[in-house]
Amino acid sequence: MNIDKNARYAASHEYALKAGDVFVVGISDHAQSALGDIVFVELPAVGKTFKQGEAFGVIESVKAASDVYLPMAGTITEVNGNLEADPALVNREPHGGGWLIKFKAANPADFNALLDAAAYETEAAKE
Amino acid sequence: MNLQPELLVYELSSPGRVGVALPDCDVPVTALPTALLRAELKLPELDELTVVRHFTRLSQKNFSIDTQYYPLGSCTMKYNPKVNEVAASLPGWRSTHPLVGAEFSQGAIELMYRLQDSLNKIGGFVAGSLQPAAGAHGELAGVLMIRAVQVARGQAQRTTMIVPDSAHGTNPATCTMAGMKVVTIASDSDGAIDLTALKAACNDSLAGIMITNPSTIGVFERNMKQIADIVHAAGGLVYGDGANMNAIAGILRPAELGIDVMHYNLHKTFSTPHGGGGPGVGYVGAAPSLADFLPGPIAVKDGNKFVMRQPAKSIGRLKAFYGNFGVLVRAYTYIRMLGGDGLRKMAENAVLNANYLKARLEKVYPVKYPRRCMHEFVAMGNFVDGIHTLDIAKRLIDYGFHPPTIYFPLIVPEALMIEPTETENKETLDAFVEVMLKIAEEARANPELLHDAPHHTPVGRLDEVSAARNPVLCYRG
Repeated sequence: MNIDKNARYAASHEYALKAGDVFVVGISDHAQSALGDIVFVELPAVGKTFKQGEAFGVIESVKAASDVYLPMAGTITEVNGNLEADPALVNREPHGGGWLIKFKAANPADFNALLDAAAYETEAAKE
Repeated sequence: MNLQPELLVYELSSPGRVGVALPDCDVPVTALPTALLRAELKLPELDELTVVRHFTRLSQKNFSIDTQYYPLGSCTMKYNPKVNEVAASLPGWRSTHPLVGAEFSQGAIELMYRLQDSLNKIGGFVAGSLQPAAGAHGELAGVLMIRAVQVARGQAQRTTMIVPDSAHGTNPATCTMAGMKVVTIASDSDGAIDLTALKAACNDSLAGIMITNPSTIGVFERNMKQIADIVHAAGGLVYGDGANMNAIAGILRPAELGIDVMHYNLHKTFSTPHGGGGPGVGYVGAAPSLADFLPGPIAVKDGNKFVMRQPAKSIGRLKAFYGNFGVLVRAYTYIRMLGGDGLRKMAENAVLNANYLKARLEKVYPVKYPRRCMHEFVAMGNFVDGIHTLDIAKRLIDYGFHPPTIYFPLIVPEALMIEPTETENKETLDAFVEVMLKIAEEARANPELLHDAPHHTPVGRLDEVSAARNPVLCYRG
């Protein structure tokens, strides 16, 4: 499993990565591997506000359709437009080109309460 | 099965060929407005015999319970006795029409009345409706009833439904369709509902819980009574998803476990045909507090007459006329044929068959929740590196078996959900086990055989990913 040590994780397998004054959100390598080939990604409108843990989108693979949850409360500032034409980017580069959204955190300190890479690895290994 | 590849009807077409000879026109010919004419109309041109053979050959590629074993988990693909068909095709049923009115439909309404009564008794409910046309339709009825009851109690703020992660897959969608919010709660390591998580989810926005028992992992929810008590104490109502009724019919009455409203699928447990989209019936049974809210009309006895009547506070109609009547005749035939003792034996044998398969397979195909199963169990197909459940499922087709349900439930990775039903004999179950064990050996010795499967079908491994990403929905020849 590839893991980004700079990112922090939710137990529901999303990561948040600090990028300037916003956070980038995607799903972990473990999650994309468990989902299998991703065929469709539904993302929210820019400007929409979500609570922590609220579903902001849907990822559909050949196996299942799964909600994705915002790891911290915030407002969407950008969505990854490349995923509409190429949803498999999430499989190929979950921590790179396959990011889902960027958001401005309501409370940036929430980041510190998320799982660090080591804690997430332990959590994911339990499944 | 006819395994020869079949050309498309367009590929069989030959210019100028026709299937019918029309007589000469004996009225004046009127020209159609040119604006409405097409320069080209691409229709296949074939003779009648070619068309008959084409569609007959296609029909021979059907995979059905009448041709092969079909252990599709949670779908209860049991044999549908042919006597059901005889009963449903009796002229009195076949030739009636819903608009002839109650006076001329006494027999049909009496059958519905008796069937409601049997189904009510099987579940321990006081009333029931035969309106819903499918299991999920029955769920929608039940959740709308829960909503209506909460509103009638002055509790309109109760809009949250709890759905355990071991529930039937349609449950969250049902809640959303009914305008409710879904809260998912996890299962414990034994596959049971986590009572601490349940209690934490109970508050004054709770409308109710949807619970599938036995659950989709094929285990019985032992704390059912306690769960119902917790939900009731918090002001909620309990919906029972009867998709897995085949394991308990004739043995226990779900209403006695605290279930307030529940559907069961006549097209599963009560042996009416399904697979391919129905038609089905999702009977909904109700405890006294919800009976007035049932969808209607339902059959009632008024003196010595049978009439169709809308319950007092009904959520309304869910289906035109009287539901899928032909299915009702089949299910009634089945219930009368088996009787109470027969239904019990049906459920016992369904559980026995599933446990027999589980015992013979679990050493090779690991089972995540290993306790004794009910009508089905969920094994895992990833016991060899590089082999996935999908490969095993595709290879099963080569041996003439329908694959089990795969990748569901989601709480078991690489799930293979196997439900044999009671109608298979030991020889068939043994043949299935032998094939599963052989496939496990092939997985180790010759994984490519599995990766490329199926080999003996008109088309081989389909590229499901490309099909989902770039669907081509029209013939482009």
